[in-house]
Amino acid sequence: MSITELHVASPEPVRHHILSVLVENKAGVLARVAGLFSRRGFNIFSLTVAPTDDERFSRITMVVDVESAPLEQIVNQLDKLINVVTISQLAPHEAVERELLLATVAVGPAERSQVIELVGVFGAQVVNVGLARLTVMLAGRPEKLDDFERLLEDYELVELQRSGRVALPKLDRPTGAPAGLPA
Amino acid sequence: MRLTGAQALIKSLEMQGTEVMFGLPGGAILPVYDPIIDSSIRHILVRHEQGAGHMAEGYALATGRPGVAIVTSGPGATNIVTPLANAYMDSTPLVVISGQVATSSIGSDAFQECDITGVTMGITKHNWLVTDPADLPRTVAAAFHVATTGRPGPVLIDVPKDVSQGSMEWYWPESIADLDLPGYNPVTVGDPALIRRAAELLLTAERPVIYAGGGILKAQAYDALLELAERTGIPVVTTLMARGAFPDSHPLCLGMPGMHGNYTAVTAMQRSDLLIALGSRFDDRVTGRVDAFAPEAKVIHVDIDPAELGKVRRPDVGVAGDCRLVIEAMLEALDGLGLGGRGASGSNGNSPAGSAASARPDLAPWWGRIHRWQEDFPYHYEQSDGGAIKPQMVVETLRDLSPVDTVVASGVGQHQMWASQYWRYDYPRTWINSGGAGTMGFSVPAAIGAKVGRPDRTVWAIDGDGCFQMTAQELVTASAEQIPVKVAILNNAYLGMVRQWQEMFYEERYSEVYLSPDLPDYVKWAEAMGCVGLRCESPEEVAPAVEKANAIDDRPVVIDFRTDAFEKVFPMVPAGASNDGIVVHPSQEDRPR
Repeated sequence: MSITELHVASPEPVRHHILSVLVENKAGVLARVAGLFSRRGFNIFSLTVAPTDDERFSRITMVVDVESAPLEQIVNQLDKLINVVTISQLAPHEAVERELLLATVAVGPAERSQVIELVGVFGAQVVNVGLARLTVMLAGRPEKLDDFERLLEDYELVELQRSGRVALPKLDRPTGAPAGLPA
Repeated sequence: MRLTGAQALIKSLEMQGTEVMFGLPGGAILPVYDPIIDSSIRHILVRHEQGAGHMAEGYALATGRPGVAIVTSGPGATNIVTPLANAYMDSTPLVVISGQVATSSIGSDAFQECDITGVTMGITKHNWLVTDPADLPRTVAAAFHVATTGRPGPVLIDVPKDVSQGSMEWYWPESIADLDLPGYNPVTVGDPALIRRAAELLLTAERPVIYAGGGILKAQAYDALLELAERTGIPVVTTLMARGAFPDSHPLCLGMPGMHGNYTAVTAMQRSDLLIALGSRFDDRVTGRVDAFAPEAKVIHVDIDPAELGKVRRPDVGVAGDCRLVIEAMLEALDGLGLGGRGASGSNGNSPAGSAASARPDLAPWWGRIHRWQEDFPYHYEQSDGGAIKPQMVVETLRDLSPVDTVVASGVGQHQMWASQYWRYDYPRTWINSGGAGTMGFSVPAAIGAKVGRPDRTVWAIDGDGCFQMTAQELVTASAEQIPVKVAILNNAYLGMVRQWQEMFYEERYSEVYLSPDLPDYVKWAEAMGCVGLRCESPEEVAPAVEKANAIDDRPVVIDFRTDAFEKVFPMVPAGASNDGIVVHPSQEDRPR
C-alpha cells in the first residue's frame, strides 16, 4: 500500500490557512484570542500554544477556516488584540507543518502484529504496551496522520489524541541543491 | 517617594490630566476613595454605576477627552458593563477603574467578587487586572494611551483591594516605550500611493457622495472635511454618529442617511457612482440590505481601523489611517492633479488645461437630481392647531429657542430620530447619542456628563418617556452636584419605536408597549429630585415652556411634553429591506421618485 495514493483520494481543502501568532505571555491571552474567534463567528480547526525562546512571548499556531470569514478580516481583527504582537500567515503550500498523534488501540493476539506492521509502514512508534492494548505515536505531516488515523479505525480505538499542528515557513532551496531535499 | 497603591492610582489619573470622574464607592474600591479627598480631581457621586459610565461617555463625546468612571467590584462593576459595551460600539474613549477582591481571594467566590476582566473582554478595547501596586502608574498610562489613540474605545483597569492597600515607589513612565505595549502600534498615516489613487478616482466620478462617519469627530477632521467638500463640490451625508461633523446648514450637506435618514441622503447614496466613506463603517442601519446598497458605486474607504476595510463592503481603494491626516494628504494629492482652488459644484474653471481635474465630469446634472429630491421629499410632519403636540414640533421649537451651539443628548428610539432629523447641527460635538448599541436611558446621564465637560453650553436631553424611566435617578446627582441640564421628555405614553414597528409590521398587535402618560407623574418626580418640573399639553404651551426652561440656570429642568402617541418616524427603510424600498411620509407617497 502506498501512502501517496491515499493523498490523491483526499486532497487538502484550501479552506485551511495557518496563522502563526506571537502573543505576549500574559494571563488571559488565550481567552482573548478564543473569545474573538467565537464572537466574530470565525472557525478554528486546530490551535496550539507554547512558550517561545523568549519568555515574554508565546506562540499560538492556529489553523483557521477561511470560508467562515475572509483571511484578511480574521488577521485584521486578531491584530487589534493588544496582546497580539505579530501575525505570520502561512498558506499550506508555503509551510512546513508537523503534528503529533497518540492512539491507544485494543488488540487481541491476531491484531497485535497487524497494528505493529502498520506502525512500521508509517514510521510510527509503539510507545506503550499493555496486556491487550498498544499505545502508538506518529509525528509527521497532518495528512500523513489523517491516513494513519483512518487505517487505525479498522481496529478498536480506545482513545486517540492529536496535538494540533505547528508550522514554520518553508525555506528557499539553496541554488544547485539536489532535488529531493526534505520539506 | 513611597505611596500606597490607591495614592499611586489617583496620582496617575491626575498625571493624565483627569479633571473629573464619575463613580460610586463600595467595599473593594474603598482604599482608592480615601486619597480622592485630597485630590484635585472632581468626583461626581452617581446614584447608579450605569449613570457613571454614561456620564463619562457624555463628557468624552462633548469634550473629545477621555471620560473616567470608578466603581466597586461585583455588582458595581457589572452595572457599568452596558456603558462599556455602548462606548465600544461608538468608539468612545473611556477609562473605567473597578475595585476587585484581594488577589488572595480571587477565584474563591468571595463577597462581591466578579471576573469583570473576563466579562468585559469582548466589549473593551483592552482591560487589565493589576496584581502588583508597582504596575499601577504604567497601567494607567497604558490605559489612557490605548483608549485615546488609534480607534478610540473603552478600557477597564481592575484593581484588587490588596493592590490599592499595598505600597510602591512612585514613578511615572516617561514615554510610550515604557508602557509595555509591544503589540500596539496603530496606523495613522495613510499609504500615499493609495491616497493618490483615491484622489484620481474622485476626479472621475459623475455622482460622488461623501459618506462621513463618527471617525471625522474622533480625528478632529471637520476642517479637512469642509475643505475637501468645498473644493470638490461633492455632497456630504453625515451618519447618526457624525451629526455636526459637517454643518447641516451648509449647502453641500444632505443630512443623515440610513433607516430613518432623509430621502435625499439615502437616495443619493443609492444612485451614487462613488462613495467616499470617511470614518464610517457601513453599519446595517445605513446600508439596509447590503447586497442592494449603492449598487453602482465604487468605494473609497478611509478608516483608522484596518479591520473595517472590507468588513461589510469591499472598497475599490481602502486607506487605513487617521481621517484628518488622510483627508489632508488627499487634498495635497488633488493639488497635484490640478484641483487646487474651489471647484464649486463641480465646475472645473480653475483647473489647469490638461490636468486630471480639467477632464473631471461636471457635477451639475447630479446636483440637479439631488435638488429635486430635496424639494420633493423633505422631512415632513403636520402640526394642527389645537391638536396633539407633534414631537417634531417640540424639537424644532427647542432648536429655535436655544443657543446655536446647544449640546443635545438623546436616548434611543423615535425621539432620537426626530432629535437627529429636526435639530440643526452646525458644530462638532453638539450631538450626543447611543448609536451602535442603542442603549435606552443614555440621554439623562450623558447630558449630565456633557454639561460637566462643557459648563458654558446649554445642554438639552431630548428623551423618550420609556428611556427617561431607565436612568432618571441621575437627576438627583445633577441637582446635588448643581449640574443644570434640561430634559425634554417627548412623552407619547409608549415605547414608541416598538409601537411603530408593531403598527407597521405586526398588524397593529400592540404587545407590551403601553406605558401611560401619567404614571409616573413626571412633574412631581422631577420636583422630588430637586428639579423644576413643567408640563405641556397643547401646542401653544410649547414655546413658553421652552423659554422658561432656558431661563433657569441654577438647577435641572424637566418638561413633560404630552405628544401625539400615533406619530411615526419617516422616512423609514424596513429592516432587512433595500434602501430603494424607502417608505416616505404618507403625504409624499404619490410623488414620482
